[in-house]
Amino acid sequence: MCLGVPAKILETGDGTAIVELGGVRREISAMLIDDVSVGEWVIIHAGFAIEKLSEGEAERTLALFREIAESDPSRDI
Amino acid sequence: MNRGMKYIDDFRDPAAAKALAERIRRDAGDAPVRLMEVCGTHTVAIARGGIRPLLSGAVTMLSGPGCPVCVTPDGYIDAAIALGTERGVLLASFGDMLRVPGKSSSLEQEKGTGLEVRVVYSPLDAVALAAAAPGREVVFLGVGFETTAPAIGGAVRTAAERGVRNFSVLSSVRTIPEAMGVLAADPDVRIEGFLCPAHVSVVIGTDAYRPVARRYGIPCVVAGFEPLDILMGISMLLRQKKEGVARVENEYTRVATAAGNRKAQDLIRDVFVPCDTGWRGIGVIPGSGLRIADRYASFDAEKKFGAPVVFAPERSACRCGDVLKGKILPVDCPLFGKACVPEEPYGPCMVSSEGSCAAYFKYGSGIEV
Ligand code: SF4
Repeated sequence: MCLGVPAKILETGDGTAIVELGGVRREISAMLIDDVSVGEWVIIHAGFAIEKLSEGEAERTLALFREIAESDPSRDI
Repeated sequence: MNRGMKYIDDFRDPAAAKALAERIRRDAGDAPVRLMEVCGTHTVAIARGGIRPLLSGAVTMLSGPGCPVCVTPDGYIDAAIALGTERGVLLASFGDMLRVPGKSSSLEQEKGTGLEVRVVYSPLDAVALAAAAPGREVVFLGVGFETTAPAIGGAVRTAAERGVRNFSVLSSVRTIPEAMGVLAADPDVRIEGFLCPAHVSVVIGTDAYRPVARRYGIPCVVAGFEPLDILMGISMLLRQKKEGVARVENEYTRVATAAGNRKAQDLIRDVFVPCDTGWRGIGVIPGSGLRIADRYASFDAEKKFGAPVVFAPERSACRCGDVLKGKILPVDCPLFGKACVPEEPYGPCMVSSEGSCAAYFKYGSGIEV
């Protein structure tokens, strides 16, 4: 029940938004986040967008993981 | 399928997982480090991702109290059943709650004998249900942590704004840092690091764990729910231990911030006030609950129907309390897999899909190897 999942904003409305969730369109409440725009990603929980997802931060974390994967000493064994 | 994969698949890269596991093994000491994943979603992800066997010998992952269904005491279930059967209210609930045992019955068992329960995805669906049935009292079973609190608060505020007077909430909302403090102080549990919940932290902010880190000297790392997030979080905890520091760090920077979601926090402060509350198997934790604030008293089912939830420590053979405190692993419970299986759960940790016992049963204990 606690599950929060990333979803992309397809349309915005008055305090609401339409997102794509597991391949289906769904209306969610945007009451908890500031001015969200189409194309942005949010985390959805219990019918509410609880926060925006930062693409820049996601990239930074992924870059770190790539770096760790490449520096793995066991790789060249 | 959906392009959400971009934020999911990339965080599952096997090469990075292997490298992180190596790094964790290198940083671990002679005895396995005792870490606790506080949140049920982490418990499931760890079990499904086979992370326990991957790290066996280096790290012992204890499952914490972070499954709201599992820690809801049976007095709450009894109160909900009584509202349905004696007051004739229509109950609206998240699906996971239906099979949780109360003292003598569950919502699902009572459903067979006439209790009306509707499963909803969002608390707002329960408000809509009430608006569509003006002659009925609709009570939403408001169970959850800080992630869910704003959604429940949003439903109360929406009902107030739209004048939906036949809607109310039986609140059993709980807050995580208080429970972590109790576990941190328990000498039997001996936690050396907390893997903090991702989405609770999104709401309350990662700074909320600073008192736990400072007061008990236990490192805290907020991590996302994908396998690489979890491995990275564990690695960050071990690095802190190695350096001999205990601070709050954030691996889940793509969503969680130090200050958290201010709008959600304001909504929680508007609709709820902190109270003492009982946790199944743990007992009453001061200030760890959220009850409906007096300004919204007419939406508080306990007040509206004069039906307070009574907490009494359970006396059953279920060892959920010890599982939720990290004192034993699910497989150490004598009922595990015998008298207690997901199809016929004896205790709440086997009911919820996020319960530790259910995760162990479904994915294997992962402690052999
Ligand atoms: S196996 Fe069943 S009875 Fe034992 S602790 Fe888990 S839920 Fe309780």
